[in-house]
Amino acid sequence: MLDERELAEMEKELAHYENKKAGCIGALKAVQKLRGWISDECLKDIAQHLGMTPDELDNVATFYSSIFRRPVGRHVIFICDSVSCYVVGYRELLRHLSYRLQIKPGQTTADGRFTLLPAACLGVCEKAPAVMIDEDVHGGLEPPEKVDEILERYK
Amino acid sequence: MDKKNQGKQKPLTGSFRTDGQPLELGEYEKTGGYEALRNALKSMSPKDVQEEVKASNLRGRGGAGFPTGQKWSFVPAAEGPLSRYVVANADEMEPGTFKDRILMENSPHMLIEGMALAAYAVGAQQAYIFLRGEYVRSSRVIAKALAQAYEKNYLGENIFGSGFSLQMHLHLSAGRYICGEETGLLNSLEGKRAIPRVKPPYPQVSGFMGRPTVVNNVETLCNVPHIIRNGAEWFKDLSLSEGGGTKLYGVSGRVKRPGAWELPMGTTIREILEEHAGGMLEGYRLRGLLPGGASTEFLLEEHLDMPMDFDSLQEAGSRMGTGTMVIMDDRTCPVGMQLSLQTFFARESCGWCTPCREGLPWVVHMLNAIEEGQGEMEDIDLLLEQARLLAPGHTFCALAPGAAEPLGSGVKYFREDFERHISEKRCPWGQNR
Amino acid sequence: MVTVYIDGKSYQVDGQQNMLDACLSLGMDLPYFCWHPAMHSVGACRQCAVKQFKDENDKKGKIVMACMTPAAEGTRISIKDPEAVEFRGRVIEWLMLNHPHDCPVCDEGGECHLQDMTVMTGHVYRRTRFKKRTHKNQYLGPFVNHEMNRCIQCYRCVRFYNDYAGGRDFGVFAAHDSVYFGRHEDGVLESEFSGNLVEVCPTGVFTDRVFKKQYTRKWDLQTAPSICVHCSLGCNIIPGERYGALRRIRNRYNGEVNGYFICDRGRYGFEFVNSPMRIREPYLLSGEGTDTRKTLKEGEVLSALKAVIEGAKGIIGIGSPRASLEANYLLQKLVGPENFYSGASKTESGVVGQMLSVLSDGPVRTPSLREAANADAVFVLGEDVPNTAPMLGLALRQAVRHRPVERVTSELKIPRWNDYAIREAIQEEKGPLFIASVTGGRLDSIASGVFHAAPDDIARLGFRVAQALSPNAPVAGGHFEADALSFAERAAKALREAKRPLVVSGAGTRSSAVLQAAANIAWALWEDNRNAALSLVAPECNSLGLALIGGHDISGAVRAVEEGRADTVIILENDPFDRLDMPGAESLLRARQVIVLDYLPTHSIDRLQAAAAAGARVVLPAAPFAEGSGTLVSSEGRAQRFYKVFSGPGERSAESWRWLRDLLLELGRPGSEALFSLDEVLSAMGREFPALGGAVKAGPPSDYRIKGMKIPRQPHRYSGRTAIRAALDVHEPKPPEDADSPLSFSMEGYEGQPPAPLTARFWAPGWNSVQSVNKFQGHVGGHMKGGDSGIRLIEPAKAKETHYFTDIPGPFVPRDDEFFVVPLHHVFGSERLSAMSSGIAELMPSPYIALNDSDAELRSLTDGGEARVELGSFASFRLPIRLDAFMPRGVAGFPFGLPGLHGAVLPAWGKITAVKQT
Ligand SMILES: Cc1cc2nc3c(=O)[nH]c(=O)nc-3n(C[C@H](O)[C@H](O)[C@H](O)COP(=O)(O)O)c2cc1C
Ligand code: SF4
Ligand code: FES
Repeated sequence: MLDERELAEMEKELAHYENKKAGCIGALKAVQKLRGWISDECLKDIAQHLGMTPDELDNVATFYSSIFRRPVGRHVIFICDSVSCYVVGYRELLRHLSYRLQIKPGQTTADGRFTLLPAACLGVCEKAPAVMIDEDVHGGLEPPEKVDEILERYK
Repeated sequence: MDKKNQGKQKPLTGSFRTDGQPLELGEYEKTGGYEALRNALKSMSPKDVQEEVKASNLRGRGGAGFPTGQKWSFVPAAEGPLSRYVVANADEMEPGTFKDRILMENSPHMLIEGMALAAYAVGAQQAYIFLRGEYVRSSRVIAKALAQAYEKNYLGENIFGSGFSLQMHLHLSAGRYICGEETGLLNSLEGKRAIPRVKPPYPQVSGFMGRPTVVNNVETLCNVPHIIRNGAEWFKDLSLSEGGGTKLYGVSGRVKRPGAWELPMGTTIREILEEHAGGMLEGYRLRGLLPGGASTEFLLEEHLDMPMDFDSLQEAGSRMGTGTMVIMDDRTCPVGMQLSLQTFFARESCGWCTPCREGLPWVVHMLNAIEEGQGEMEDIDLLLEQARLLAPGHTFCALAPGAAEPLGSGVKYFREDFERHISEKRCPWGQNR
Repeated sequence: MVTVYIDGKSYQVDGQQNMLDACLSLGMDLPYFCWHPAMHSVGACRQCAVKQFKDENDKKGKIVMACMTPAAEGTRISIKDPEAVEFRGRVIEWLMLNHPHDCPVCDEGGECHLQDMTVMTGHVYRRTRFKKRTHKNQYLGPFVNHEMNRCIQCYRCVRFYNDYAGGRDFGVFAAHDSVYFGRHEDGVLESEFSGNLVEVCPTGVFTDRVFKKQYTRKWDLQTAPSICVHCSLGCNIIPGERYGALRRIRNRYNGEVNGYFICDRGRYGFEFVNSPMRIREPYLLSGEGTDTRKTLKEGEVLSALKAVIEGAKGIIGIGSPRASLEANYLLQKLVGPENFYSGASKTESGVVGQMLSVLSDGPVRTPSLREAANADAVFVLGEDVPNTAPMLGLALRQAVRHRPVERVTSELKIPRWNDYAIREAIQEEKGPLFIASVTGGRLDSIASGVFHAAPDDIARLGFRVAQALSPNAPVAGGHFEADALSFAERAAKALREAKRPLVVSGAGTRSSAVLQAAANIAWALWEDNRNAALSLVAPECNSLGLALIGGHDISGAVRAVEEGRADTVIILENDPFDRLDMPGAESLLRARQVIVLDYLPTHSIDRLQAAAAAGARVVLPAAPFAEGSGTLVSSEGRAQRFYKVFSGPGERSAESWRWLRDLLLELGRPGSEALFSLDEVLSAMGREFPALGGAVKAGPPSDYRIKGMKIPRQPHRYSGRTAIRAALDVHEPKPPEDADSPLSFSMEGYEGQPPAPLTARFWAPGWNSVQSVNKFQGHVGGHMKGGDSGIRLIEPAKAKETHYFTDIPGPFVPRDDEFFVVPLHHVFGSERLSAMSSGIAELMPSPYIALNDSDAELRSLTDGGEARVELGSFASFRLPIRLDAFMPRGVAGFPFGLPGLHGAVLPAWGKITAVKQT
């Protein structure tokens, strides 16, 4: 069941669209922000609220890369693997992060703290290589050890 | 305008604060902000606004360079409220591109004013800013600016008592490069899968919710207030080439000062690279560059004196794209770089049309194999063939042809590197994982 | 007409189509996947690439998709251009990168569009060495099997299931090369059209799960053109047989009727034909005691029958709305018109008679399904269309698109075939569809207005609409609620503004008043719009045909037996227990002698067997549709021929008309010698019943030949013919002769395309899949070459003025102590033959009684609780209560026709009381 806060956040999003269906991406994101990810059950609840079937909503939800239909850790690290970052040290950064966290892209650390996901260009190419952790972008991670201190900020 | 001043004028970025904070509404107003909107609503007809923009030779900054005024003129004459839309394409996901972010983070009201003018020009009463979700800072800055604009009636009902009303909404995307394709964007804005739509009909005729819609890039829209305030002639004179105005050029890669600069349209690559980006980092040499984001053809050192504008680069077989270059240095393996590029495109394919959905992953498979030392010589020709087949018109939208540009040119220009990879069964740079 | 140039030659085409459609319609081969003639173009697969040239001087040209290129005047394309040829081959190569190449074990193999297109493009060599992507499959219910790895992402499945058929529990998931077509989670596909996925999918992702149980390649199936018997619409089908069992049903394209699709009841309802319960031999029930059943040998049957007839002191015949025209006609002939009973219940005969008179005496035409799908405003009165006539429901789903589609094609100049652009332009906009029905239905969500009421109130509303449309229509007096008035006004306005308004009603509520109201609306519309159409759904596959023959309703038969006027009853493919209340049926079966013709045991046969009696009772094995030939009249009034597909095991069953013919001959009735063949029976019938005269022409006469040859039921690749019976007998028997049709039971015969009524399968060189139907159509998606199957028998009277019905019922008044129990129909369950199929049985509802919440509360009835339902003094049922917020007050819904619920003759007043839990 969706709680009141989730419903309220969803409604806020929906106000910007001409029908509920059009606001479904915003609604999914609003709930995900509070829950971390969209479980099957949660998807069904949101769908019902929007007058959609779970299939209709999931067709949309599974299309987008930042709607998580599987559990993620408390913090999500998006590592930019696009060309500018690639040129200035993405591989080293990835190697370092994987080693530090002992996970490969797509995985979550054993303690549930971090999920590491590859990401398309984060739009901070002038500060490559970069990661985005939750909502914060961290650029200029060369040498990759620079990320260590940053990780400490996410418990 | 005095031509000598050319290059000094930076209408887009000249008023930016130096501390990196966004221009507050008051500050924006002090630099002449919202004057254009006020004047237009008071003394210009929508048609006048269209004509002025047409005369300015403003060409779309989203990559394709379509003349903006002309685009607006395709919107059929108004017939009632709620029936047309303006959408700012702020999805900026093209690898190597970050110019729209800079504009939005520093001067959100410029975008809002530009959109309001565009809306007035085409008779739209609703506007959306389609912002990529990762631009969290931009979204905060814009949300605040929107609230301020509503408060001062720059937006909302009956703006300045002119009878013109405009609602503007901020939409945060959920991540997919194809959302930047203007019709995929519209599907996404309707809460659907962001599959591109068939054209024609163009969005100006049947767009958001099936209604006439103008989609413009953020940078395009940011130019509009300046054109209306200073006139088309002034705008044309800013440029060194046919298309009017300045351009936000950017450079990333192993250069001394990666970043973005507002320069006259048509500034040469060399000037941007050497003067503004400070040239290559010590110990690195330029081997090639992508002039305008990931989906443009590689250029080589011999192309450095080309002016960066839509037509010149087209003639050289490349495209200006977004005007933000990615530099390939001599220590970056062209195979790995190509793999990074194509991985992006394959992953971002929407899955609608066959060549893109199936061809790009095959390309990635081959590049991966070459990168891992398992490539075969035939793969090179196959890659070239795929690049040739993923041509405009062969696919449903421009994503796959965009991928083919760096692929075809990259394999052609750096063929030796591919061959060495294959024959030595490893990366000659020792760069593979 | 415009001129287009294809590979340098000029052609005349109609100009409204795209170049793919044009090329295919010209008979050319051009591969495609995402395009479908019923669903049009979206340009996704890129398979139909051709080279387009600006003008004759353009030598370079550019690659375009034929399906997205308008066939405008002067359009120049090349199919053979080397670059286009190469690109099409590469598209197949891309599609094949991940395809499992599992054709030998794939059910689609041999009738696979992907195979055909692969061969057509000449792609033969695999250049990739990488691992294929794989997917998990889903359980989608009893009808459709899922094998996602074979998917080539043409998007046809979603476009059919969701966009065309309105399904909402299926779709496309994820993006890039992991797009997945299926459901959000495993589960039964909800749409009654799910089986069409099997034909719509160009490869083996969606295959027929029932067929899979005893799989046979297409080329090993013996097939014949046939007609679906599971509702009154008369969809054209192709049943396929192997080893003496019916294996599957496929769609048979008919441009006027079902087009490319059929419903799941029609596709999967055939299993009764293979039932182990089938009556395979004639037998006699005589004398007393338990084992009274005596099989009649070959030579004994007719003499036994003759003895019965000759010993009779009065014979009556009970016909059947599910038996062929021929069978009913010969029964009528045998017993005489005054002794012939139509076999429908009193209410049902009344309603069907009403339908017939409305259609033949009134001025308004009954539309074909194609025409219904073309309506631009629809009013449905009383009928639960998706459940009683599923394909009409599908047509109405298309009809609601016309208004918006016409708007965008004219305002935005989007060509009609540009489906993607049209859908985006019209968004959720729907044209007018107004529904007045007893309770909620599956079309409600796309309706512009719905109104739920008791049948009398539905009728009153209809009369009110008619009154709003024409000053000549009678005034519906009495009180109307405000919402009814505004509904009526909106519906009337929408119909008045339409170019092709359609009124739909039918026998579903068993209310003549509802039909009369529908007729009044249609007639009122007709007064100023001669394009108005009236579609009336009949109860069964030959209800209308039977009505044209006539006959009294079955209650008269009971009286004839009770009053001693008849001591002998012949029952033709019918079960009196389905048509009469218990005492009536019992009475009827107490006749001294009874002859039953049927293919399956009925409640009546069980009774005969159980109750000892002195007189003779004979049961004859009739042939169900697939084992015989005959003619049915659909609710459109279209007479259509179905042909025998195969002879059942034992070969002793025969069409009822053949038994009756043999009996007539045996009896030496004058004129019976001239009733030997099917053609003769039909022409005799036509002479006697001029209204049925056209039925003769429903198919070519039996002596019709092409180049002196018959048309083979077996494909030319039919294999193992000599081995099929090897286990029984090494001598291959002579194939049965078919004297009644131009079809033969062999692979020899005419190889080309026969006329539509004789098209036993769709195949053309290079086209093994169902898509080969293109080659049989004059214009792709249009009519069959030489005309579609069937002859319309009922055309409106050339009336100058309309005679409105004036008998308007008063408002429905709920009673304190009783409910008005009405039938509720279920696509799965309400038709008794299909309900015997395993999958349909799995999906049909369990029995229930449906009530409005407040009615239930008033009587302390609770959802799921048990109720006793008493209809008259004889029919009593214990049923779980289903609360249904849409049921009108004072009305209860009873699931029509569910197996096990015999003896409910509806509608009727009944008592519903809670069963005390002990
Ligand atoms: C795959 C793809 C991605 C695109 N992404 C963007 C984008 O992120 N931002 C943008 O402004 N235009 C993008 N475009 C271009 C848009 O389709 C469209 O041309 C542009 O928004 C029009 O604006 P303009 O006329 O102001 O340039 C993309 C195009 C394609 C094919
Ligand atoms: S080229 Fe085709 S698959 Fe690729 S993004 Fe465009 S429409 Fe989608
Ligand atoms: S059939 Fe033309 S693109 Fe698919």
